[in-house]
Amino acid sequence: MKNLLRYALTRILLTIPMLWILLTLVFVVLRIMPGDPVSAMLGGHAPERVIEQKKEELGLNRPILAQYLDYLGDLARLDLGNSMIYNQKVSQPLLEKLPATLELTMVGMAFTMLIGIPLGAYAASRRRTGRDFGIRLFGNVAYCIPVFWMGLMLQLVFGIWLDLLPIAGRTGPRVFVKDFQNTGFYLLDTLLAGQWASFADVALHLLLPSLTLGIVLSGIFIRLTRANMLDTLKADYVLAARARGIPERRVVYGHALKNAFIPVLTMLGLQFAALLAGAILTETTFSWPGMGRLLLERIYLRDYPTIQGVIVVFAFFVSLVSLAVDLIYALIDPRVRY
Amino acid sequence: MASPMAPPTAAGSRFSVAGGLARLLARFGAAHKKYGVEWWILIAGAVVILFAIFMASFPATLARYDPLDQEAGPQMAAPSRAHPMGTDNLSRDVLSRMIHGSRTILGVAFAAAILSSLIGIPLGLLSGFAGGPLDRVLSLIMDSIYSFPGLILAIAFAAMLGPGVVNITLSVAVIYIPTYFRLVRGQTLSIKEELYVEAARAIGAPRRTILGRYIFPNVIATVVVVFSLNIADAIMTEAALSYIGLGLPAGIPDWGMDLSMGKKFLPSGVWWMITFPGAMISLLALGFTMLGEGLSEILNPRLLEK
Repeated sequence: MKNLLRYALTRILLTIPMLWILLTLVFVVLRIMPGDPVSAMLGGHAPERVIEQKKEELGLNRPILAQYLDYLGDLARLDLGNSMIYNQKVSQPLLEKLPATLELTMVGMAFTMLIGIPLGAYAASRRRTGRDFGIRLFGNVAYCIPVFWMGLMLQLVFGIWLDLLPIAGRTGPRVFVKDFQNTGFYLLDTLLAGQWASFADVALHLLLPSLTLGIVLSGIFIRLTRANMLDTLKADYVLAARARGIPERRVVYGHALKNAFIPVLTMLGLQFAALLAGAILTETTFSWPGMGRLLLERIYLRDYPTIQGVIVVFAFFVSLVSLAVDLIYALIDPRVRY
Repeated sequence: MASPMAPPTAAGSRFSVAGGLARLLARFGAAHKKYGVEWWILIAGAVVILFAIFMASFPATLARYDPLDQEAGPQMAAPSRAHPMGTDNLSRDVLSRMIHGSRTILGVAFAAAILSSLIGIPLGLLSGFAGGPLDRVLSLIMDSIYSFPGLILAIAFAAMLGPGVVNITLSVAVIYIPTYFRLVRGQTLSIKEELYVEAARAIGAPRRTILGRYIFPNVIATVVVVFSLNIADAIMTEAALSYIGLGLPAGIPDWGMDLSMGKKFLPSGVWWMITFPGAMISLLALGFTMLGEGLSEILNPRLLEK
């Protein structure tokens, strides 16, 4: 247990330089490239004097190194600074939009697992049959479909042709967010408020975007689960289980799948970054008011602090998930501890 | 591998075209027997890619209309004989735009993959070979970029640089440098310990020779596989950037941009404006993925274990 604790601490300390490098990269890129918040805000027609004054106010005239050190100082105190465009703290829009993206990401992840793992296990248990080949083909094709196209096609089929599901936003016109808003996770909020009609509406709005993410990312999990299952199905304990007359279904989904799960877990951590990137594109497709749309909107406005804030939050979550996966892994499999 | 058509030391056939062709064909047949399904995956991928390259090479001959011609047909007409993929909201012929658009996406993806490999491979070689603090610093930087969602970085770069073919290529290239770096560094670390490298060192070969003649050729086989998979990824990133509206100015036909245009008319059921560009992107990405997987099985069976 003591070893595990030390391992956890080392891993946490290692994420700090990673965050720092990413932030520095973004900070430098934002400032050496053309365009600045003042010109974006005033539209380039303002008199020179006004522009200079505004730049002075925002501290944009100071040496870049001084701006950088100030920023790092603030960040160390967990202060993300103020927006350069709107009169608000950076944390305000972040806290507003983060739940929307997280809700989408988590439900999308759930769909990925629900589609990928059973299909992969099934394909392995029917190795070299038509079904195995079909599932593998589906996995490879799904992996090559851009997530935004998948979203558009699902919109076309389920939203327009069949007219079954909504294709934009988090809620319909007859649902008032103010009635239940609490954590920002609408599924949870509507449940807490006990508003079943709103819950159904929110769930329906979530279905297509999260299914889009789920299908596209399931490909890699199908492949991985199948490969691992093929290995575990060869193991002695599977033979032993079969010899004891345990039904094949339980041997495959009970005994073998449990053991094939560890590498799948690692892949889950690795794929989290892809999931976030996919979420941004899905947000664009489904007009989902999340972090991705916030990022795009603020990039056009050159709102440096908010852009940096979005990057910090993304980097934080990527590190958090990879840390969590490593720790769970270390807990399950004592051999990986350093 | 042995084949009656290809005598091992036939001096005559070395220079004859017919002999070479026969040998190639024999190899082709033998390879199919040796590698099975993987060989066909490779061939299918290669066919898709060659078809796309063909389209990109002769767009003006293949396409019936100019991709920017706003009088090619009626506005937003469904697929018909005259317009097999329909027309868009500006009355442009979708098929012609698909043919011309192949040029943009292939060019950007190829250039980006070449650019990032040109930076990533030497850095990886150097880092793995030299070791020490340089290796640690470079690895930390590359790992940091690698762990972050690449698309988000590409978005930041593309937005700052502004629209343009060169700018989008740079934005896509940046995020794949760590892919090559990590691969090459890892390979270099293990090859460095091989006996033949030690032997070269023992006979006094200079470091440059060891790196260039002994390590690099052994690294390059895996790079080929990753290069192909990387292009598949770069295709999707390019499409994503231009779909978001960050990629290219309006005058350049591009699949991702057509897709974002089609999105606006999706609610009125204009299916052909999104179906065809998306299918093209997927097919091309699938082609490069299949080529990469087939190659990996053939060049290095242990790289991607089934």
